[in-house]
Amino acid sequence: MLKVENLKVNFGGIEAVKGISFEVKEGEIVTLIGSNGAGKSTTLRAISGLVKPSEGRIIFDGEDITKIGTSKIVGKGITLCPEGRRIFPDMTVIENIKIGAYLRTDDLQNDIEKCNRLFPILKERENQLAGTLSGGEQQMLAVARSLMSRPRIMMLDEPSLGLAPLIVQNIFNILKEINEEGVTILLIEQNANMALRLADKAYVLETGKIIMEGTGKELLDNPKIKEAYLGKKN
Amino acid sequence: MSTFLQYVFTGISVGGCYALIAIGYTLVYGILRLINFAHGDIFMMAGYFMIFSFAVFPFPVAIIITLVATTALGILIEKFAYSPLRQAPRMSVMISAIGVSYLLQNLSTYLFSGLPQPYPAIPGLKQRVMLGDASVSLVTFITPIVTIIIVLLLLRLVNKTKIGMAMRAVSKDYEAASLMGIKLNTTISFTFAVGSLLAAVGSILYFTDRSSVYPFSGALPGLKCFVAAVFGGIGSIPGALLGGFFIGISETIIKAVGLSTFSDAFTFIILIIMLIVKPTGLFGEKSVDKV
Ligand SMILES: Nc1ncnc2c1ncn2[C@@H]1O[C@H](COP(=O)(O)OP(=O)(O)OP(=O)(O)O)[C@@H](O)[C@H]1O
Ligand SMILES: [Mg+2]
Repeated sequence: MLKVENLKVNFGGIEAVKGISFEVKEGEIVTLIGSNGAGKSTTLRAISGLVKPSEGRIIFDGEDITKIGTSKIVGKGITLCPEGRRIFPDMTVIENIKIGAYLRTDDLQNDIEKCNRLFPILKERENQLAGTLSGGEQQMLAVARSLMSRPRIMMLDEPSLGLAPLIVQNIFNILKEINEEGVTILLIEQNANMALRLADKAYVLETGKIIMEGTGKELLDNPKIKEAYLGKKN
Repeated sequence: MSTFLQYVFTGISVGGCYALIAIGYTLVYGILRLINFAHGDIFMMAGYFMIFSFAVFPFPVAIIITLVATTALGILIEKFAYSPLRQAPRMSVMISAIGVSYLLQNLSTYLFSGLPQPYPAIPGLKQRVMLGDASVSLVTFITPIVTIIIVLLLLRLVNKTKIGMAMRAVSKDYEAASLMGIKLNTTISFTFAVGSLLAAVGSILYFTDRSSVYPFSGALPGLKCFVAAVFGGIGSIPGALLGGFFIGISETIIKAVGLSTFSDAFTFIILIIMLIVKPTGLFGEKSVDKV
């Protein structure tokens, strides 16, 4: 469904992503893990068209989308729930949810109800300014907002950042549910343990390169991964 | 008493024009964080558009041409002078805006000469009406009403429509907005279109009461309206409205008490005081960002 081929991204003189290739198949949950500055966010931002790759191609459903603008990419069904949430603080919760469906012209009621079912707190806070939500609530709002575009593939950049373990578990359960409804997921996580448990396929990124790949289970059991990312010795 | 009433009406009327122009500054600042120094000159160009179209067409057509041409001019300026600088530091865009301002002033001097050109009398607008024993022209009456109606429509547009939602989103966060599928360039063009359209309306109302246009007609009103926007809190539409009326009315009162020469200086004293006392203006953005 989504294919990244030899992707390179430069910032000035720095090469943040140094020619990575990976694939996301329809219906899968794929995760990219790696330490700070590995180039995970940059990869997702390149797929969304927010940064221009210096080399390589991004193929979605057989179509080269490398040079297409962000709003067109969203229109094709690729959505990014960005690092740091980036909700609109001076819009209400419900406006934030609606703006996620900006490109849609059909009726939103069903999807709004679905968001309310997944995140009941958002229904309660419907008319509150989004900037006054707690961090975890803002993260839920960001996920709900991304869902509103009815994506075919949803990319999430560290959705668990700064959240209490219980909320993290909740968000991961919801991701699983979203996936079971047919949305393909490409997930970046610092929380490698949970991400690998959830993922069908995982890639490990290190200073702009993919250094390892495998199923979530394979990587969970891999001693090197255990040591470097799961924080345990064998 | 009658002259006093006359002054009050004049003040409100000038204030309405100022408000319409100030909104243009505020909208553009809101979305690009740019003080569009060319805005006063767009207002001045609208004056010339009216003069020339009125010479050929009946007045309703001339008004429409003026509104359309001014809107188009605003969009073109953004396309050619600002949008190529989207990634550049803000200072570069600001300098580009100053450049456009001089360009419009000099171009109109070159094309239309530096001499004031008589502004056409739109039938009806200059008609005198009696208010008790004060006589004011109809336009003096109409201006504040038109202004308020336009501001109400504009607030509706910004708060209730999809494109308004896009404008608010883009003004907060370019990237997040584009991740929603919002097209940045379209939204920014639209914002310039609205600002320029309001400047055109303001121009018709303003010049009707002044009777002539020359290439620097936009310079001082432009600056005053910028002050009005800062006074109200740049970025805020109600703020620009209030600022416009405030500057317009106080300026007229100062003239009324015989301090005409001081009235322009007053505007800038207001600017300085406001920047010192409350830099964000009356309704300046209070940010509730939480990261
Ligand atoms: N706009 C930018 N300008 C310059 N350098 C950048 C820019 N964006 C990212 N980088 C650099 O690219 C590298 C990769 O950054 P990226 O944000 O992709 O890392 P990451 O894997 O998401 O890290 P983290 O887990 O900390 O979010 C970093 O060294 C970063 O400093
Ligand atoms: Mg990151």
